[in-house]
Amino acid sequence: MKFTLNIWRQKGSDERGRFVTYEAHDVSSGMSFLEMLDGVNQRLIVKGEEPVAFEQDCREGICGSCSLVINGIPHGPDRGITTCQLYMRRFPDGAVITIEPWRARAFPIIKDLVVDRRALDRIMQAGGYVSVPTGGAVDGNVLLISKDQAETAMDAASCIGCGACVAACKNASAMLFVAAKVSHLALLPQGKPERTSRVKAMLEAMDREGFGSCGNQNECEAVCPKRISVCFIATLNREYLRAGVVEPGLPAEPESPHAESV
Amino acid sequence: MMKLDPKIPPGPLETKWDRRRFSEKLVSPTNKRRITVIVVGTGLAGASAASTLGQLGYQVECFCFQDSPRRAHSIAAQGGINAAKNYQDDGDSVGRLFYDTIKGGDFRSREANVYRLAQVSTQIIDQCVALGIPFAREYGGQLANRSFGGVQVSRTFYCRGQTGQQLLLGAYSALCWQIERGQVTMRPRTEMLDLVMIDGLARGIVARDLVTGRVSIHTAHAVVLATGGYSNVYYLSTNASGSNVTATYRAWKQGAAFANPCFTQIHPTAIPPGDAHQAKLTLMSESLRNDGRLWVPTMPADHRCPGDIPAGERDYFLERRYPRFGNLAPRDLASRAVKAVCDEGRGVGPGGQGVYLDFADVIGQQGLDVVRERYGNLFDMYQRITGEDAYHAPMRIYPAPHYTMGGLWVDYNLMSTIPGLFVIGEANFADHGANRLGASSLMQGLADGYFILPYTIGHYLATAKLTPVGEDHQESRAALQRVTSRVSRLLNAKGCRTAASFHREVGQLLWNHCGMSRNQEGLKSALTSIPALREEFWRDIMVPGSGEAFNQELEYAGRVADYLEFAELLCHDALHREESCGAHFREEYQTDDGEPQRDDSRFAHVAAWEYREGTSPVLHKESLAFEFVQPTTRSYQ
Ligand SMILES: Cc1cc2nc3c(=O)[nH]c(=O)nc-3n(C[C@H](O)[C@H](O)[C@H](O)COP(=O)(O)OP(=O)(O)OC[C@H]3O[C@@H](n4cnc5c(N)ncnc54)[C@H](O)[C@@H]3O)c2cc1C
Ligand code: SF4
Ligand code: FES
Repeated sequence: MKFTLNIWRQKGSDERGRFVTYEAHDVSSGMSFLEMLDGVNQRLIVKGEEPVAFEQDCREGICGSCSLVINGIPHGPDRGITTCQLYMRRFPDGAVITIEPWRARAFPIIKDLVVDRRALDRIMQAGGYVSVPTGGAVDGNVLLISKDQAETAMDAASCIGCGACVAACKNASAMLFVAAKVSHLALLPQGKPERTSRVKAMLEAMDREGFGSCGNQNECEAVCPKRISVCFIATLNREYLRAGVVEPGLPAEPESPHAESV
Repeated sequence: MMKLDPKIPPGPLETKWDRRRFSEKLVSPTNKRRITVIVVGTGLAGASAASTLGQLGYQVECFCFQDSPRRAHSIAAQGGINAAKNYQDDGDSVGRLFYDTIKGGDFRSREANVYRLAQVSTQIIDQCVALGIPFAREYGGQLANRSFGGVQVSRTFYCRGQTGQQLLLGAYSALCWQIERGQVTMRPRTEMLDLVMIDGLARGIVARDLVTGRVSIHTAHAVVLATGGYSNVYYLSTNASGSNVTATYRAWKQGAAFANPCFTQIHPTAIPPGDAHQAKLTLMSESLRNDGRLWVPTMPADHRCPGDIPAGERDYFLERRYPRFGNLAPRDLASRAVKAVCDEGRGVGPGGQGVYLDFADVIGQQGLDVVRERYGNLFDMYQRITGEDAYHAPMRIYPAPHYTMGGLWVDYNLMSTIPGLFVIGEANFADHGANRLGASSLMQGLADGYFILPYTIGHYLATAKLTPVGEDHQESRAALQRVTSRVSRLLNAKGCRTAASFHREVGQLLWNHCGMSRNQEGLKSALTSIPALREEFWRDIMVPGSGEAFNQELEYAGRVADYLEFAELLCHDALHREESCGAHFREEYQTDDGEPQRDDSRFAHVAAWEYREGTSPVLHKESLAFEFVQPTTRSYQ
């Protein structure tokens, strides 16, 4: 198979970027999208040219490193997978494919298709944990957790922190990412003691980092490789409201301030 | 002269760890604040250690090469984590987990370490639950368990097929808390490229900021390496593509002994390699062997569709060879059995590199829905990669390099032969002997990081004489110089071959000569080919771009350069070990029916190799005394 690739190239964060066209030859249908890019890069290197920078590590959809916008869609055309899980058999021979980085104010471009996603880590540092020291934990079976509850918590906890939800959102909001973590911990007894401060701190951090507000368009859910449900955004809003009631001083409006008024 | 003192506490096995903890010196809370510890790595081992050290009051500087600590390779572990909780009341105990691990490792690990691992395993689960890890639960709300390769009790805890992810996110969240508290300074996208040694002690590292390219010195009172394993020396493996040997290898060159490098685990159930462009092998979780049956056609070169081959013409080779364990035989035996039937020409799929993993029976007995619930995500993954539907035709699988039992030598306190250099997780050699059992690496990583290192490092810090050192110390400058000159050498070669092409070549060489089975002739030929390939590398490598910028090809080329040296060490070790044990199978040492022959009279030792400039590495032996278990022939028949 053969493909024409329009790839975003940008030397550094302060430089201007542009699309450059490359031909990908000798592609087999069983190749992954990233292996196809490896091939393009191998040819560039041999010519002494700088290969296209892109991020990857596990290549099996779990580390959250890979992050390409393919033909306008974060992680490409198929639902429920990451870029590294996309195979070339998905594209017709001879197709023209556009490849861009995640685009969001909070994710500055480092080089080509690589962006800086540390803002997501900083949101986690603001409160995405149970502050329990090592040692002295009670036996794991002391607190029983119903199977359903554990499964729902696991649904939320499956987020890989890739940031596709941000890249897909016209407001570049990180609501789905924050919702996943807040919901995961709010659903479990271990997360309950800090749920009030957690939701508040994480949403504040999200604003501080320059992510936009939620426009309820659900594009995030559509591109999420782990199919994190927007229902968790409702859980997040409920947690925020509850925090306002429990902790005076926080606004207790019926609508979450993070939902954009339409 | 290097001395290997394992520092194992004397006395009864059950109380060794308690007594060691009691006899250790403690660092006072005020002093902890003045002590800096460097932790390289944020996988299960590194993240748990860094967060715990931070919480104890030390100043921690933590490094990883990914953009976020949450992306360390541990994230990819699927199956589960073992612990001797005996929640199932099926006869499990600390003693049994200890025995299974020692036996699974083919009596090539230290009793004292393994016993301690089994002891702390129960605490790990409690800690993880407290951190909010959503382990699978029973309907009654209790923690669920499953059984995992090579054992007969159900002691594996899991979170669907994403156990590593959840455990790592738990450790990462603990790390986030300490970062927020200012106890840990996190440096992502920063790669350690050398160790700073001052007065014979590990006092810091040289690291390159992968975004700006700046190379800098970081000094500390002690250094902890939690940098993972080196399966990627084989080029194709189940590991994340960034996993590499550089940190431990460079520490080796500064004097840390490297133990048992040839103990490399080849996992039986990965998706078979496809074409030459393939960048990695994808693991199919071992849990599939709980229900799937492995078989090949009885006749060689039988190209019929699997469904057309009648039961009488199928060889369920694991059930035949290991009737007691059947398809759950340990990894090393299963992988070799797969290789054996493929070598006989009975392999299936492209190139005859594959065997069937068949679910027809369990689907027939329990229904499609049960199988879909249990393994749905794995079947989906298989379909995505191969384009085949495993609900209707058997999967094809083939062994793949997966885990490295070898690593830097450490004593009972997890300290290497360099005082002040501690090594934890997959990066050390300690607990799995010649073969690791499923679900025990996650256990070891968290045991080391949460519960063992934080104690033992305290004793070192309380007793060592540590004068203040800085970036301008001449040894710091020398280490920096080693790094910068290497970087410029890579950039200036301006040859015409890519790092990947060399990586593939050395990987193939090792796979052929030092892979699932080894022999003297093959190893000797590898030992002559590798130096030649290395010379060619330095002559002909092409690394475009500059060192003062984000340059992924430069990072990669540096790692490949280290593989090209390390591969030799691996072969030396495999050549010296004239026995077959665990994952190390020397063709010269096998019984008539192809079972491995271990030689306890000559090889009941840890092989710890010392670096010597310009000559072959020097072998030191730590003999393994078995006081509490009797080494037996490891039979699973
Ligand atoms: C596909 C797969 C499935 C697995 N499933 C299981 C399972 O079910 N159960 C089980 O027990 N085990 C499993 N394992 C094994 C287990 O995942 C690993 O052995 C374990 O996670 C290793 O953890 P670690 O903390 O030692 O290292 P890693 O998780 O590999 O982390 C290494 C860290 O070191 C950093 N690092 C490395 N070098 C440098 C450097 N030079 N400079 C800076 N940072 C550096 C990396 O950035 C990373 O943060 C599996 C392995 C694979 C590949
Ligand atoms: S919510 Fe989904 S898209 Fe967003 S970071 Fe998590 S996994 Fe990625
Ligand atoms: S490379 Fe890890 S998710 Fe794609």
